[in-house]
Amino acid sequence: MKPFDFIEMKVPAKSEYVGVIRLSTSGIANRMGFTYEDIEDLKVAISEAMSNAAAHAYDDSEEGEVTVGFGVYEDRLEVMVADHGGSFDLTKVKQGIGPYEQTESIENLREGGFGLFLIDALMDKVEIKNDYGVIVLMTKYLHMNENEVGLDDDQISTTQ
Amino acid sequence: MNINLEVEIVEQDSTAIVLLAGEIDAYTAPKLKEALLPLAKQQGLLIEVNLEKVNYMDSTGLGVFISALKATKESGSELKLVQLQDRVKRLFEITALDSIITIDSTVRGGK
Repeated sequence: MKPFDFIEMKVPAKSEYVGVIRLSTSGIANRMGFTYEDIEDLKVAISEAMSNAAAHAYDDSEEGEVTVGFGVYEDRLEVMVADHGGSFDLTKVKQGIGPYEQTESIENLREGGFGLFLIDALMDKVEIKNDYGVIVLMTKYLHMNENEVGLDDDQISTTQ
Repeated sequence: MNINLEVEIVEQDSTAIVLLAGEIDAYTAPKLKEALLPLAKQQGLLIEVNLEKVNYMDSTGLGVFISALKATKESGSELKLVQLQDRVKRLFEITALDSIITIDSTVRGGK
C-alpha cells in the first residue's frame, strides 16, 4: 500500500464542535484539490456523521468524545467518524432512512432520519460498523479532469 | 466565515419574514426551531423564510422545516422558503422534500 497522510482529531461529543470539524474537512478537501461541489458534499456528510455521534452520546448522558480520522490518499479521501459510546441499534436506524415518499402523509413525516440517507447519497462509499461504539467510514474519490488539474499549484500530487 | 446562525424576524400584518444568515447545523438548528415554531403555530400567518445568506445546511435544518411545516398544517398557516442557495436547495431535492415544502426559487432572476 502506498503511504498516505493521516489526520486525527478528537473533539467532545457536543454539537458545538460539528462546525469545527466541518471547517477542518473543508480545509483538507480543499488542499487535496476537490471541486467546490465535492467539498460541500463532504461537509454535509461528515457533519451528519458527527451530529449522529454527538446526539448519540447526549442520549446516553455520558460525556464522550468523537474521533474523526482523515486518510488522505492520492485519489481519495477516507473519513472515519467514531464514537465510543454505548450500544446503538443499527437495524432500527436503517429502517428510518430514505427520501420522502409521496405516500407519506405530512402528519406522519419524520423529522430525523435524513442524515444517514444524505451520507449515503453524497459519498462514494459508506460503511457503518457497530462492534464497539459506532464507526462510520466514508470515502470520496477525487474525480480529476482537465479543467481541475493544475488549477492550484500547491495541491497534493495528483499524477497517476 | 460565520459558522453560527443569525435569525431576524420581521412581522407585518399577516406575514412574517424570517431572515437567516450563517449555517444551519446540529448546534444552530435549535435556535432556528425556537424562532420558527411559535410563528408556525399562529393561525393564518404566511411565514416566508429567506435563506439567501445561509451557506450551509444539513439534515438538522431539514428537520426544523419539517416540524414547522407540520405546525402550519395544524394552524392553517403557510410556510414558504425563498432565495435558497443552490447547495441548500439541492438537499431538499435529494430528499424529495421539495415536493411538500413550498420553495420559491424564482426570486433570484427567474427562469
